[in-house]
Amino acid sequence: MSVYPYLIAVWLFGVGLWGVINSRNYLHLIMCLMVVQASTYVLLLSIGYVNHGTAPIYQGISTKALVVDPIVQALTLTDVVVEATVVALLLGLVVQASKRFGSIDPDAIVRMRD
Amino acid sequence: MRRGRLIVGGLGVLLVVAAFAWACTGLHAFGHGTTRYGEMVARATVPQRAATNAVAAVTFDFRGVDTLGEEFILFIAVIGVSILLRSLRSETSEEETHIAAAGPRGSEFSRWLAAGLVGPVAVLAAYIVAHGALTPGGGFQGGAILMAAVAAIFVGGEYVVLLTIRTSATWLDIADALGAAGLVVLGFGGLIAAGTFFQNFIDKRTSGLLTGGIIPLANIAVGLEVAGALLTVVAELLDQRLLSTRT
Repeated sequence: MSVYPYLIAVWLFGVGLWGVINSRNYLHLIMCLMVVQASTYVLLLSIGYVNHGTAPIYQGISTKALVVDPIVQALTLTDVVVEATVVALLLGLVVQASKRFGSIDPDAIVRMRD
Repeated sequence: MRRGRLIVGGLGVLLVVAAFAWACTGLHAFGHGTTRYGEMVARATVPQRAATNAVAAVTFDFRGVDTLGEEFILFIAVIGVSILLRSLRSETSEEETHIAAAGPRGSEFSRWLAAGLVGPVAVLAAYIVAHGALTPGGGFQGGAILMAAVAAIFVGGEYVVLLTIRTSATWLDIADALGAAGLVVLGFGGLIAAGTFFQNFIDKRTSGLLTGGIIPLANIAVGLEVAGALLTVVAELLDQRLLSTRT
């Protein structure tokens, strides 16, 4: 019962990974990689959740209020930033591949190099 | 070959997913998540750091060293994007690009909309960065919003601004580097003034937006860096679009 939120992360991870393997287009592949990374957000945030807890921001609430874990939230922030940088770098590579091979289909590029 | 790869890959995905799901059953039950460390940090945020945003306190104070590492991941990735895309740029001459820039542009309405959005969005970004220690938000979020404000200029005023992207890229690089350097300076400030790298060495009990010691300053540095970094990427990718309209 209480394991379901974690299983959503597992599902996102699996679907994204299958998309990466099955991809015929680098842009689609990058989107799938983003889905895989979204699973880490879900996992981190659900690990830190506390029943009836509020956001760890003590603006207008008591300092003794029950809050969710701020550490995993900071980790998720790091995760988002890293995802953005990885996607930017990959998009740069896609532009290069498109210029060099005239295609962004991984299989077509492999065939061209053979 | 593709079919064989899909079968092997599919089996691999199934195995990994099964192992992942099995591992999840060993986690603590959902809704009982607080670790001892997380609880301590949350409790220490208000009394020790005079900040109310515990996430910002973790990011920029308690675990500031980790954020420095993250900052440099961003910095290096942007250098990577620039190197990848600028090598393509040198293949086309300046003159050809100028001709391409005179090509199709956005409608009149989209340009008015973009022009109207720039101001309010920039103010929102400044607000989010400035209140990072108190309310949800901070340097990363505010920097990303500031990127959106300037990107609106790029998108809306396509004709005029695309010509200046090459010169503005230098300024964006400088903003990026200044932001990264600012965080390093704050780290060494702690080392010099308090004996530990990234120790919060500034008086935390000042009133208003400066409460929290180094947290608001780190927010500004990170905001500058994130906006500079993301805009460099946007500018480089738009520049590619400019090159491709030529062909």
